Amino acid sequence: MLRLPPFEYHAATSAEEAVSLLARFGPDALPVSGGTDLYANMKQRLFTPKVLVGLRPIADLQFIAYNAVTGLALGALATLTDIADSPVVRKYYPALAQAAALISTPQLRNTGTIGGNICLDTRCNYYNQNLDWRKALNYCMKKDGDICRVAPGSPKCVAVNSSDTAPVLQAFGARVHLTSPTGTRELPIAEFFLDDGMFAWARRHDEIVTKIVIPPPAGDTRSAYRKLRLRNSFDFPILGVAAVVQLDGAGKCVAAKLVLNAVSSRPVEVSEAARALVGSALSPETIGDAADAAFRAGRPLDNTSATIPYRKRMVRVFAQRALEDAARAVPLAD
Amino acid sequence: MSDERTVGDERIVSTATNPDIDAAGFTADTKVDSILISADPHPATKPEGFSVVGKALPKTDAWSKVTGAALYADDIVLPRMLHGKLLRSTQAHARIKSVDASRAFELPGVVAVMTGADLRVKYGILPSSPDEEVLACDKVRYVGDPVAAVVADDELTAEEALELIAVEYEPLPAVMSIDAALRTDLPKLHDNPRRTNNVHKEVHLEFGDMDAGFAAAVKVFEDEFFFEGNTHAPMEQHSVVASAGADGKLTIWASTQTPHYLHRIAAQVLQMPASRIRVIAPPVGGGFGGKTEPFAHELVAAFLARKTGRPVKITLTREEVFFAHRGRHPVKMKIRTGVKSDGTITACHLQTWLDGGAYGSYGVATTYYTGALATVTYKIPAYKFDGCRVFTNKPPCGPKRGHGTTQPRFAFECHIDKIADALGLDAAEYRKRISVDANTTTVNGLRVTSCGLRECLDAAEKRSRYAEKRKMLTKGKGIGIAASAYLCGAGLAIYWNEMPHSGAIVKVDRGGGVTIYCGTSDCGQGSESMLAAIVAETLGVDVMDVSVCASDTDLTPVDLGSYSSRVTFMAGNAARQAADGVREKIAQVASEKLDVPIARIGFARRRVFDVADPAKSLSFLEAAQAAEARFGTLAAPGSYAPPRHNPDFKGSGVGPSPAYSYSVCVAEVDVDLETGEVLVERITLAHDVGRAINPDSVEGQIEGGVYMGIGEALMEESAFRGIEHKIPNLLDYKTPTSLDMPPIETIIIETNDSEGPYGAKEAGQGPLNPVIPAIANAVAHAIKGRVYATPITSDKVLRALDADGGAVLRVRRAPAHA
Amino acid sequence: MSIAPAKILASLSINGSVVECAFNPNKTLLEVLREDVGLTGTKHGCEMGHCGACTVIVDDLPVLSCLTLAVESIGHEIRTIEGVARDGVLHPVQRALAESGGAQCGYCTPGIIMSAVALLEQNPAPTREDVAQGLSGNLCRCTGYTKIIEAVENASAELRSAR
Repeated sequence: MLRLPPFEYHAATSAEEAVSLLARFGPDALPVSGGTDLYANMKQRLFTPKVLVGLRPIADLQFIAYNAVTGLALGALATLTDIADSPVVRKYYPALAQAAALISTPQLRNTGTIGGNICLDTRCNYYNQNLDWRKALNYCMKKDGDICRVAPGSPKCVAVNSSDTAPVLQAFGARVHLTSPTGTRELPIAEFFLDDGMFAWARRHDEIVTKIVIPPPAGDTRSAYRKLRLRNSFDFPILGVAAVVQLDGAGKCVAAKLVLNAVSSRPVEVSEAARALVGSALSPETIGDAADAAFRAGRPLDNTSATIPYRKRMVRVFAQRALEDAARAVPLAD
Repeated sequence: MSDERTVGDERIVSTATNPDIDAAGFTADTKVDSILISADPHPATKPEGFSVVGKALPKTDAWSKVTGAALYADDIVLPRMLHGKLLRSTQAHARIKSVDASRAFELPGVVAVMTGADLRVKYGILPSSPDEEVLACDKVRYVGDPVAAVVADDELTAEEALELIAVEYEPLPAVMSIDAALRTDLPKLHDNPRRTNNVHKEVHLEFGDMDAGFAAAVKVFEDEFFFEGNTHAPMEQHSVVASAGADGKLTIWASTQTPHYLHRIAAQVLQMPASRIRVIAPPVGGGFGGKTEPFAHELVAAFLARKTGRPVKITLTREEVFFAHRGRHPVKMKIRTGVKSDGTITACHLQTWLDGGAYGSYGVATTYYTGALATVTYKIPAYKFDGCRVFTNKPPCGPKRGHGTTQPRFAFECHIDKIADALGLDAAEYRKRISVDANTTTVNGLRVTSCGLRECLDAAEKRSRYAEKRKMLTKGKGIGIAASAYLCGAGLAIYWNEMPHSGAIVKVDRGGGVTIYCGTSDCGQGSESMLAAIVAETLGVDVMDVSVCASDTDLTPVDLGSYSSRVTFMAGNAARQAADGVREKIAQVASEKLDVPIARIGFARRRVFDVADPAKSLSFLEAAQAAEARFGTLAAPGSYAPPRHNPDFKGSGVGPSPAYSYSVCVAEVDVDLETGEVLVERITLAHDVGRAINPDSVEGQIEGGVYMGIGEALMEESAFRGIEHKIPNLLDYKTPTSLDMPPIETIIIETNDSEGPYGAKEAGQGPLNPVIPAIANAVAHAIKGRVYATPITSDKVLRALDADGGAVLRVRRAPAHA
Repeated sequence: MSIAPAKILASLSINGSVVECAFNPNKTLLEVLREDVGLTGTKHGCEMGHCGACTVIVDDLPVLSCLTLAVESIGHEIRTIEGVARDGVLHPVQRALAESGGAQCGYCTPGIIMSAVALLEQNPAPTREDVAQGLSGNLCRCTGYTKIIEAVENASAELRSAR
């Protein structure tokens, strides 16, 4: 049986207690919420923290709240099941509910949290392997080694952000709230994700994500998420596309965001796609142009299932389909 | 004929020793709509008619499995038990210069360490290729090859100790493909002075007049295919517990499909008498061929249990299960077939190249199997087969469900579809036209007895509305058909001997309970239920009156194991013979007591009665007690050995079987022309099982075969990158989930095989084989292009579409505004 | 021995009973159930969250015991396969699986049953699609899921008619 390495476990009952524990134990300590990602990685000895700070008992972070003025606030410990099933999420942010429902399996969604999902470790099939497997390859730069096995010339790790919710949250313009012993801060989620497979988040070691806030949908906002995977369950995305569009009364697109994931160490926002869409009604031409822009922006590498050319080719198809889904979506009727 | 009404209405007499016996245990007839063609329910072998055979009864082990009570090998805990771990090679190909385990031994909690030097004995499941060592001595041959072992008080300590073992390697160039293995400038994995390259086994066979055959052909078709390797991935990770008593007797509990072979090889490797070893196979959590030979961890546990005097458990991690492997060989295939203008085959030449991985395993047999069964489905008057298995620095390949026949069946059925298309023939009609006939002999000397191939073709075609759907030509929608045949057990044992392949003992208790002792191993296929059903049927008792004592080499007569789909046919026949031995004794006593000729004595519903006048009867218990009083202990042995019809040529031992099952699959697919994704919408599978002893179990085997076929057709692959298995885990090695399965329509065809137990043949492996080519043919029908290599991934589908100019690169659809 | 932090002495609520046990903080619920409490009905096929064999119900939701620490389970209601039958009477899901041939090798069966029982508690009248969704976190290599899904549908019908 694959087992966890030894560690001390400290349960926190408040965010403040959690961050003070993290500060006290320093970089040897890691926070854990659902644990579905971290425990699996620890079993492969990708992490061997001396101390785990358990966030699960923090009741204050287990909420989903919607307000027409401030929008949606997701406690970091809201589970993926709760988000997928939430009536307000389904109504106002359907792409987020879709993305949450497509994550892994029912059991993991019951345990996995939204805070954990945006902090999901970047993935690579040279990295997510048991210790002995990695040893046979003499390791990789993300863990215990010197070079990137995917792109040996690369100065940085190219492991991919494999979160389903990350591109959706970014497309909705979410902000991430963090708490540390020195106080709280918030930042746009686009700035929370960094373009480096080893250092992929702006979270400091003594910080935890406390909540994620999404502005209320403006006017006729529609959204959709499309996920490429080889099976209809269990799998991480090997491509994720989130589309959020806002239409005016005449059906003209006044705002748009198209965000790709699983093709880079952080979600890739395709601003050129937005430019192709904004200013005219959604048509086969504008959607096609936006999908072409996505195709140019998506640059998968050989570190997930399926081939590079296939994933690259699917960027256009999935971008088009996500935009078509959004265009077809039932508008909000308040 | 028996009068069931009379027997049924009669009150079953309770007895003082067994007051609770009543008729309630007899499950009412369950309607099974999947049986299309039923064999005679009153065959000569059972004139009183069936009361158990043919009924969809729950499996005898179902209750322990749904409650969590079933104890699998890893569930066994013994006092003072130690936990073992294997250190595995980090090199694909290297000489071992030194192994230093001294630091590991010093770690507190470590009780013993073991290296290759502790047990320098070469062994192999086939006596012809003894090329394995328990732990590598001089050389490692794949990443994952076991090199050393540790036992400790707990598993984590053992794991930590592995890190302290220093192994010094001298790396050698790795041989990672069939092409590389055929080169003469790379080092050989195994010393073989007769070879200059890494070829393990070559086979060249020719039957009939090939020159005349091709000369008579109007057209000759030639194709090349590749079948990617894949693995069994049973849900249970291999596990073993070994314990040596102070008397020196060794007991091994192992998740094995072949306790007898583990018994033999453990004796050979540990160099102790087999009489001092007892092998027990607890319920096995899935095998599919992956647990049919002794593994290093089993022999290590046995060795260290003796060395330490304490029980040792070793359970593999999932990654190690991928390393242990023995899965489907990657096979490259070339087929050349000559046909007349009506499609009649005049000659066929098949060539196969198998990537065997690092060791022999069953590979010699696999090599023969890639050629042996080509002739059992369609009439081929001249046939030539060239097979070649090579060694590569990868986990060893071996037998997986369909052993060696699955790959060429994929190739051959795709090839047949291409021939049909080229000749303007319907693919289903064409297959019927060239089908083999019952009671014939193939050109390579295989004896075909019962054969329901045409019936399967008819039934699957009709039920799926194949003809009608095949004519629809909507691009992206496809329907395909394929047929296949499989063995009901190999005609020869894997080691030369003249003893039975299966033995059984049936014993009747004074309370009316019946016990059958048989060496079979139940890995979920339902062998224990099958034995109980055959014995219950023969003696006219309830299935729940029968206890099955299986897979314990101390207690049970040998059965060679759960492989090559042999258990129902061979152990079933042995059980039948043993039960008949008891039945004869009881019938003799009953005949005298009832004053009825012995030929008229029938057995059903715990009664022994006059078939002509069922009112004249005894309870089974009364009759059994009378028989015990007369003859002494009421027990009888039974044995089964397949008939010898081997033609006289080298290699003729692989292919012959006492009977062949037949299967036909129709697959319906919807291919997304933009993404290349193949959605299997429906599978119809007709299977000639001879007779369904338990139709529910037969359906279950068919559904499982279809499932595994879908996985192999679309997603499963043992992928390598560089020197390593790319995806040794259940997340990246894709197996279908509950959301990836289409509706499956099963059709059971009964042909009542004259030699099978109550007419039964196999169902465990055959139904997988036609699924893969049926899906390939359906995809070809859908996209008007063909994928020649499994798995048929979306990527390959798009490339096939591109080649055909048919891929949709860009669709500009008007979005439907709400 | 590994140098491990001190064992935790804890009470776990398992199948309605309070079980006292001591375990290291790095032990998963799976390990404690199987190795410390003796409940070996919960199986394991990967210990990585890739197969679902170790599914148990915690506070009415199916979760993976291989990715849950035992220490995180203190104070929660844990249900395992051993607690599904009551007073020797099988749950309809168990009976339906046994009767329909939904258990072949039986190794995924305890996990499947835990997922199915939780599903039917939350959704007493699931569609076939709902059942397939509810079981989508449990791999089975024997059955092709067909008879398992049928069994859960049969159990659902039985539970509803008994109501």
